[in-house]
Amino acid sequence: MTMTKTLKRTIVGLAVAAAMTATALAQDISGAGSSFVFPILSKWSANYTGGPRINYQSIGSGGGIAQIKAKTVTFGASDMPLSEADLNKFGLTQFPVIVGGIVVVYNLPGVPSGSMTLDSATLSGIFQGKITRWNDAAISRLNPGVKLPNQAIAVVHRSDGSGTSFIFTNYLSHVNAEWKENVGAATSVDWPTGIGAKGNEGVAGNVAQTSGAIGYVEYAYAKQNHLSVTKLVNHDGKVLSPGIDTFAAAASNADWAGAAGHGYNMVLVDQPGAAAWPITGATWAIFYKQPQDPAATAAALKFFKWAFSSGKAMASSLDYVPLPDNAVASIQNSWKQIQGAGM
Amino acid sequence: MKDMTMAIRAPAEFSRPVDKAKKIGGMQRQDLQFHGLTFVATLALVAIFIGVIVTVLVGAWPSIQKFGVDFLTTSKWNPVTEKFGAQALIYGTVVTSAIAMILAVPTGIGIAIFLTEMCPQFLRRPIGIAVELLAGVPSIIYGIWGMFVFAPFFQATAQPWLIELFANVPVLQGIFAGPPYGIGVFTAGIILAIMILPFIAAVSRDVFETVPPALKESAYALGCTKAEVMSNVTLPYVRAGVVGGAMLALGRALGETMAVTFVIGNAHKISGSLFAPGTTISASIASEFAEAETDMHRSALIESGLILFIITFIVLALAQLMLRQLARKRGARA
Amino acid sequence: MSAARYQIRRVNNAVFLALSLSATAIALVALSLILWSLLQLGFGALSLDVFTKATPPPGEKGGLLNAIVGSLMMNGIAVGVGTPVGILAGTYLAEYGKNHPLSVVARFINDILLSAPSIVLGLFIYELVVVRMRHFSGWAGCAALTLLVIPIVVRTTENSLALVPDGLREAAVSVGAPRYVAIQKVTWRAAQAGVLTGVLLAIARIFGETAPLLFTALNHQYMSTDMNQPIASLPVVIYQFALSPYVDWQKLAWAGALLITVVVLLLNVLARVIGSRGVKSK
Repeated sequence: MTMTKTLKRTIVGLAVAAAMTATALAQDISGAGSSFVFPILSKWSANYTGGPRINYQSIGSGGGIAQIKAKTVTFGASDMPLSEADLNKFGLTQFPVIVGGIVVVYNLPGVPSGSMTLDSATLSGIFQGKITRWNDAAISRLNPGVKLPNQAIAVVHRSDGSGTSFIFTNYLSHVNAEWKENVGAATSVDWPTGIGAKGNEGVAGNVAQTSGAIGYVEYAYAKQNHLSVTKLVNHDGKVLSPGIDTFAAAASNADWAGAAGHGYNMVLVDQPGAAAWPITGATWAIFYKQPQDPAATAAALKFFKWAFSSGKAMASSLDYVPLPDNAVASIQNSWKQIQGAGM
Repeated sequence: MKDMTMAIRAPAEFSRPVDKAKKIGGMQRQDLQFHGLTFVATLALVAIFIGVIVTVLVGAWPSIQKFGVDFLTTSKWNPVTEKFGAQALIYGTVVTSAIAMILAVPTGIGIAIFLTEMCPQFLRRPIGIAVELLAGVPSIIYGIWGMFVFAPFFQATAQPWLIELFANVPVLQGIFAGPPYGIGVFTAGIILAIMILPFIAAVSRDVFETVPPALKESAYALGCTKAEVMSNVTLPYVRAGVVGGAMLALGRALGETMAVTFVIGNAHKISGSLFAPGTTISASIASEFAEAETDMHRSALIESGLILFIITFIVLALAQLMLRQLARKRGARA
Repeated sequence: MSAARYQIRRVNNAVFLALSLSATAIALVALSLILWSLLQLGFGALSLDVFTKATPPPGEKGGLLNAIVGSLMMNGIAVGVGTPVGILAGTYLAEYGKNHPLSVVARFINDILLSAPSIVLGLFIYELVVVRMRHFSGWAGCAALTLLVIPIVVRTTENSLALVPDGLREAAVSVGAPRYVAIQKVTWRAAQAGVLTGVLLAIARIFGETAPLLFTALNHQYMSTDMNQPIASLPVVIYQFALSPYVDWQKLAWAGALLITVVVLLLNVLARVIGSRGVKSK
């Protein structure tokens, strides 16, 4: 009698343990990388009911690329597209997922959001440590009528391998020869000055905490955390406020379908157009053509298919620009090269 | 015959010489087994240590090969071009620990003096316990407290004042210069100081209590003030112990990660100003390791960890020597 | 002695004592500031949700359940594995191999490991476990924590056993008990308060350890008890949430910090009580 009871208990116990393990194992799609895309990805994931949930680590594009190369996640997410050479070398394929804008945020009590304008020269000077005070002549010239305090500028940049940094430094390299020569464009550069913070989250947190700080973040972070944003001067010389219409204007020139053969590689910074936001970027999802776990890959692709069609309103609510339909069609066509996609 | 019957009816364990021998043999075997078990456990301890050194060395090897001595002399840290130099990390580690020691050692000794000489008896235990509780607070708490509470306060009050104060003093203006970030090398040093303070206070207090009362009483009998007894009798007597305790605390400060990561500012730069952001070896490893893209980046971080391990090993070994010297001296006198 | 000289000495004395008093005051002020912040910010964020819901996505409300469970699991296993190893090694150092050359080396090594930077131990486990398994896991986190537990238990076991009077050992042996029986049934029992204190202190230490978990166990967004995959833990979640700009996440970070501090302080107090009771009973 006691034997059977113990046996029964053991079996139930093992079953519970197996179930608990199984629940955690079989179902989650794992992804890692860009913090640029994290706000919209988590919103999509929270509203997705057609499959398993997405376990996404927002660790920066560099980390995402590292983890997909190490095969520790189902997909990586990066705001810097991989080169064709890299894609072929590792057997990877990538496709854009969303377009978004990078804004310059600051913390100056007394100077409300949207009242300050900066241009490429002042941005380059500030982030190189050459312009050190808020009431510097270069900044006041752009902002007549704005009372700028005589306060030191505390620069905040990314400390991790960041696609957001890539987009930002790419922009500065495009528009400022001095920046291109001294600093360059990459996911991680030798920042001449400033504090390093982890992720878009860290930069936003630091700017919010530090009086006199300036930094660059994806627009959703500025909105969600009520940070003051600057206006920027774009390619055509117009002064613009950030928002989904200006990001969409910058993205409207992009020929996604045409870039299908080159890993959808696209530059969206410094786009011509009166309403085009100067620092616009996109995030690419990176998958293996021959994945280790085809079922997880198929589930992930199903998720993105849903996001492309049903997630547009969610994206717009966070001021991301959803991809146009012809781009989506081209992307879904490219999934044919992913083994097991069955789409 | 009689014995056999007794064995069948009531098998007492030591009734027959053969059973007794078997039983003792069994116990001897178990004794050997237990001895062996404890020996293996101790060997495991030594093996772990050797394993740590070997593994870290192997992991750091690619970086050591590629950069050689330059690793210690450059501060360029670029994961994209895979050029790494740990000078900024080493500088930050040493400077934050130095600031922590300068602030914490006198304060810790001061606390120990207060507790052993001045404190009224009924307060002695509660304050002593309070100080030791400070030692138990996990370092991440210090880190977030530093970032959310101390740094903004520092940035708003003390930092601008200090920058202003030394603005025109030749050497000091460079040391206390720069935009007031709130976080930075100096703030990290202060947080570290608060963290290691209880260790120094506890060790100092313990060694102060080992001073033979007769020595102190003879000094008092000669008319010495409390301060004179402290500085001329107690402190010289316990010098080795206090230094040993301080060095243990230094070892702790050098390796401290979480208290520093939040407030150091993550800049791979060496700046003349203490108010500038910087980084330490452990803060860099903590921030960058999990997301390092390339093997060389990881190897460079592991090499920094190896350097940290060597530095702390030397400090801790010296501390052990000092403390053992004190123990031996105490033993000789007793 | 001239009056002036005497005055100087008196002033010196007063200054000296004043400095010591202010040093203590500084320490007490620092302690109260930290505890006050913890209580104020952490208590405000405590609610039943913290213990029943898993960590939320940014901008939403949730709890710390997965972090608490992960911490309990990893700490429990680390203590379960590390304590026997530590007690056995400590027994060797105090009983069998007291003056053996291995003991001299082992004691020195133990003291180094006790204060070694925990992040270096994390690197060791990364190379040993994470790289071999090709992914982060709760087991790797456990292994790192076990490495922290062992030196603490070894040190306190050896010290406690050394305090047991030889008379007890001799008495046990004189009634014919073999060495291992004498150790297990007599010496260990006499030292149990001290050994228990050591175990409690070890738990208190690893409860707040973050660095070694950062790249061994990593983190997990949802509720999971799978030790074979990355798993959440309180310190790592606090690290992630505190560095974020989301107010909800920051509040949870403080709540987690309060939880850890309360547990650690309680364990320290308990260790102290048991330790002193053991001493009194001698």
